[in-house]
Amino acid sequence: MALIVDLLMQAVQMALVVAIAPVVLGVTRKVKARLLRRIGPPVLQPYRDLWKLMHKEAVLAHNASWIYRTAPYLIFAATWVAAALVPSYASGLLFSWSADLIAIVALLATARFALALAGMDVGTAFGGLGASREMMIASLAEPAMLLIVFTVALVAGTTQLSAIATIFSTGSVGLRVSLALGLFAFLFVAVAENARIPIDNPATHLELTMVHEAMVLEYSGRHLAVIEAASALKLVLYFSLIICLFVPLGIAGPGAGMADYTVGIAAYLGKLLVLAVLLPIGETSVAKMRVFRYPIFVGSAFAAAALAVFLLFVSKGF
Amino acid sequence: MSKLWFDIAHLLAGGMLVLSFALLYQDRIAAVINVFAVQAIMLSLSVAWQALVQDAPHLIVTAAIALVVKGFVIPTALHQIIRRLEIHREVEQVIGSGLTMLTGLGLVALSILLVQPVGEVSIYVREDLAFALAVILLGLLMMITRRNAITQVVGFMSLENGLILAATGAKGMPLVVEISVAFSILIAFIVFGVFVFRIRERFDTVDVSALDRFRGERRDA
Repeated sequence: MALIVDLLMQAVQMALVVAIAPVVLGVTRKVKARLLRRIGPPVLQPYRDLWKLMHKEAVLAHNASWIYRTAPYLIFAATWVAAALVPSYASGLLFSWSADLIAIVALLATARFALALAGMDVGTAFGGLGASREMMIASLAEPAMLLIVFTVALVAGTTQLSAIATIFSTGSVGLRVSLALGLFAFLFVAVAENARIPIDNPATHLELTMVHEAMVLEYSGRHLAVIEAASALKLVLYFSLIICLFVPLGIAGPGAGMADYTVGIAAYLGKLLVLAVLLPIGETSVAKMRVFRYPIFVGSAFAAAALAVFLLFVSKGF
Repeated sequence: MSKLWFDIAHLLAGGMLVLSFALLYQDRIAAVINVFAVQAIMLSLSVAWQALVQDAPHLIVTAAIALVVKGFVIPTALHQIIRRLEIHREVEQVIGSGLTMLTGLGLVALSILLVQPVGEVSIYVREDLAFALAVILLGLLMMITRRNAITQVVGFMSLENGLILAATGAKGMPLVVEISVAFSILIAFIVFGVFVFRIRERFDTVDVSALDRFRGERRDA
């Protein structure tokens, strides 16, 4: 019986992240449009886009191989599994015990690898360019991400996300400089990984500096729909990681009742909404960067994360 | 005294360290001055918090001096100088920004290692000392890596921020010392200001690499 409830809760979590991903994207687009004094598309527009793309014919290039056709599903699956591992509204979810934060980083890296392969598969200039830039960003962002993982793990004593969320939500850790630095670094990494503005512009298809859109330029129809859904899901995944690692207040602990779960879901959705409003505000206040400045931007995330790890050694001793 | 109080003190000190890195990272002169102003405000917050935690009311005076002089007066004056020199939109060529950041990280590690053997004190004092030492070293690094006289001045001022942080973190600094330090900083600032205008007058630039020709060992160049 307990197993059935656990499975049900896990299923709710997995369905929830997929279902709300497009609306989170819609909210960020709406807020951004309003900040630019435009009306902007309705908040539910991403759902309609996905629906439309699903019913369109998928056009394939003549020289597209099986990699090109399977990559979208692989990307979506890897991202979804990674999202299922993050304790979003309750910390004791069933799947979260089967893998830790490092596994999530690895799953996201797998998705990125598949996307880069697909970008290069057709052999167009833009695809290869996007793939090489994506790999450059990844090679900078991943070490930073792993250092952030180490920071959090050193403070909490584990890399298990559920355990971390439980420890942090009790407030026994207090305010830690290392965690503040880790959050700072994580925000930079999240911006870089989700192709948001200082690094990449998600709203353009015709720019020489584009990265993510360059790789998916050849996709159409249901393949494009799946890729778009996956990138929306990735945004929600990063939001959920921020929520779970740095503001886990209101999360339902292990062995919680129905009321706790309801509070947990409400708190989770509220925090997602706040982040979805804050992201476009940050995006509109900075300018897009030159490609050659990426290493400095992501490098400062690495520096902040390294600093966080160093500081933990001061307070704990070697 | 609860743990949270010390945590906030550390958060403020850590914020100063992050702002030191932001100073190293910025390459626009106007932005450097703004970041410096924010760092000075952070310093005054940190000192004011220490005054509360240590129950030392004279530190409030220190905080007020830091806030007024370094948070507003000096940045405003610097902004005026760069506007008079017409370099307020200029982008400075920072020597190897990535390398500078890595060196900065190394300096932070060094200051942590230096503070590590200071035993027999609480970890809070040790962390505070490490932060302050790192801010000082990063200020020095900024003075070394920048070629523009204005940003070198900012590096010097940021170094001095680190000194005050160190002094207030380690239980009490006499007010006389603080006031005299504040005045010497002001006077140093005036001297710097005059000096910058003299460089400008003579060489039509505030890039100090123009002075390299006058160094003894490079007379042949």
